[in-house]
Amino acid sequence: MDERKGRAVTGTYAHAAGFIAGDRPKIVTSRFEYADSHTLERYLATDGYKGLRAALARPAADVHEEVKNATVLGRGGAGFPAGTKWGLMPQGNFPRYLVVNGDESEPGTYKDRLLMERDPHQLIEGCLIACYAAGLTRCFLYIRGEMATAQERVAAALNEAYAAGYVGRNILGSNFSVDIVLHWGAGAYVVGEETALIESLEGNRGMPRLKPPYFPAAIGLYGQPTIVNNVETLANLPWLARNGAEAYTAIGTKTSPGTRMVAVSGHVKRPGVYEIVNGTTTFRDLLYGDEFCQGIRNGNKLKAFVPGGGSAPWFLPDQLDLPFEASQVGPAGSMLGSGAIMVMDETTDIPHAALTLTRFYAHESCGKCTPCREGGTWLERILTRIVEGNGTDADLEQLIEVGTSICPGDFPHASSERLGLGAVPFPYKMTTICFVGPSAYAPVNSALTLFPEEFAARVTTRNRIPVTAVGGE
Amino acid sequence: MSRLTDTNVAIANEIIARYPRPKSALIPLLHLSQEQNGYVTDAAMKHIAELVGVTPAEVLGTASFYEMFKFEPVGKYVINICGTMSCALMGSEELLHHAEHRLGIKAGGTTADGLFTIEHAECQAACTEAPCLQVNYRYRFRMTPQQLDALIDDLAAGKLAEEIPPHGTLARVRQHIPADRSVGAVPPEAPGQEPAWMNGKAAL
Ligand SMILES: Cc1cc2nc3c(=O)[nH]c(=O)nc-3n(C[C@H](O)[C@H](O)[C@H](O)COP(=O)(O)O)c2cc1C
Ligand code: SF4
Ligand code: FES
Repeated sequence: MDERKGRAVTGTYAHAAGFIAGDRPKIVTSRFEYADSHTLERYLATDGYKGLRAALARPAADVHEEVKNATVLGRGGAGFPAGTKWGLMPQGNFPRYLVVNGDESEPGTYKDRLLMERDPHQLIEGCLIACYAAGLTRCFLYIRGEMATAQERVAAALNEAYAAGYVGRNILGSNFSVDIVLHWGAGAYVVGEETALIESLEGNRGMPRLKPPYFPAAIGLYGQPTIVNNVETLANLPWLARNGAEAYTAIGTKTSPGTRMVAVSGHVKRPGVYEIVNGTTTFRDLLYGDEFCQGIRNGNKLKAFVPGGGSAPWFLPDQLDLPFEASQVGPAGSMLGSGAIMVMDETTDIPHAALTLTRFYAHESCGKCTPCREGGTWLERILTRIVEGNGTDADLEQLIEVGTSICPGDFPHASSERLGLGAVPFPYKMTTICFVGPSAYAPVNSALTLFPEEFAARVTTRNRIPVTAVGGE
Repeated sequence: MSRLTDTNVAIANEIIARYPRPKSALIPLLHLSQEQNGYVTDAAMKHIAELVGVTPAEVLGTASFYEMFKFEPVGKYVINICGTMSCALMGSEELLHHAEHRLGIKAGGTTADGLFTIEHAECQAACTEAPCLQVNYRYRFRMTPQQLDALIDDLAAGKLAEEIPPHGTLARVRQHIPADRSVGAVPPEAPGQEPAWMNGKAAL
């Protein structure tokens, strides 16, 4: 049997099902077609650890420069270029750490788990290149608690890599030494926020730290300079080290080079995880293209889609022709976030769909700031009431009032020809420490703004009773 | 016996040694205790506190933040049904109701025979394979109520024992750093000093 086909989704491989290959450039998914893609043997047979060798053959600063020139945008959500981030660390303060963010749990997002289960050595090699280039002396690879198979695969790969001399003391006989320590969580979405990740890694409750400092680059793990990078960001580095920045930037656009992994879920014919060309691929390509999702299920009409993970304001069919380019998606009222698109067809009950996201964020609030802790719960309760048919029109105002206490001012939203509505650009103002609070409001605001009629049809109109005395109503 | 066994204490000490500060090992150690006992017991938390050098209250403080830690016995098989948007769009609510009906318990509850717990879970990073669930953190994708029935039958009959260990066991492969390859939790350089390879020259 051809080892490249047929076996990939049987047996234990079922864990990582969902990836759909195609005739496109592959930077991070090139080995996914092999059933044994997670083994050192396969890795070495397919250019494995050649990027590390190429990097070690140059001074660290040169490798750092190469990563800067390639503009490797962070794939964890914020899209900050990795090379630039590494340059934010203060000079002369060691030890400094790399913390790998493998906590993937933003609603709709599915890519880091694939990368960890299917190609753990690629991630390990990426960590090594980052540590070498940025002078990071210890690496902690934090995998989400619920991902048992990813933990097994990465542990096995680390054991192989240590035994073969790729990780640890004097790597490949050089003066480069770094340990990679596998760490795993225990179930808390907010821990994906980088300062919460650090708190969790220190053995604490996983609550985000107060800002400033805005980046843990200056003060991070154990108070030392720390780089937090996403799994996919780091997985790009072996290819980059082998092929150079010029080859990397030849794919995609100048501002969004390379590829990115995108998960499309919901009401499409062929949901899946795709490695797409960054910057040029449009949402229409993805949702309707033959090599991608092939259209909406049952030939239905598209109603709306979430373009960048559960935190992102929603888009309408009006926005389908936007490319995967932050500089265009932002002004259009949303963000690319974590490469997760959730598609709703015409049969979708919009208030109910919004509730499934708001409930998520309300549930995941760590409780550190009041607008998120209280506001999230309020939003969830009011929305539940509306969805169950017990809401009033005063509830709709209340939703906006609570939302405005989390995010003062105009909240970003898409334009709609149907409603004669212009876009409010991303980002928003916020009263909370991290984005969990605003994320609880984002689906509510999008649903209310873009589909007001679905709420109006749902609630009972009731005149407010004027409060005239203490204890009235 | 719910303090850690000698074997597990050895594993715990190996884990603790990887971190510059022992408290960092708390979550891995809590998992280890849950693997041993099926849930996190008070005695285990006291023992972990001793091993890590913090108070038992600090251990509880950390443990109680994280949903995977259970402080009372749960079913041998914990079935987490995802209810976040992608799964909801594809019918997860029906799946959860079916599970509740079939097992005669509500989400959060455990069957009287101690075999099953069902939970309403949040996004499991498998959104393209919706609706999905995990049994003791092992996935099942694109589930129908019929497939859920078959899964419950198989679990009850012990047919999946090899693939799905009892609740508490997470990864069955542990990292092991050989002593002669390890750099150590604290780098060899004096604090503040640049690592050896940052000398402006190629390492190889
Ligand atoms: C609430 C919240 C959750 C997050 N979850 C994740 C996550 O699961 N994985 C991730 O890589 N980044 C997540 N991030 C972004 C991280 O804070 C951080 O920006 C990222 O890991 C940096 O890596 P990158 O620069 O390589 O993208 C989250 C941010 C917030 C505010
Ligand atoms: S916004 Fe919510 S999750 Fe974030 S720190 Fe505040 S309370 Fe915690
Ligand atoms: S929404 Fe269910 S796995 Fe993501």
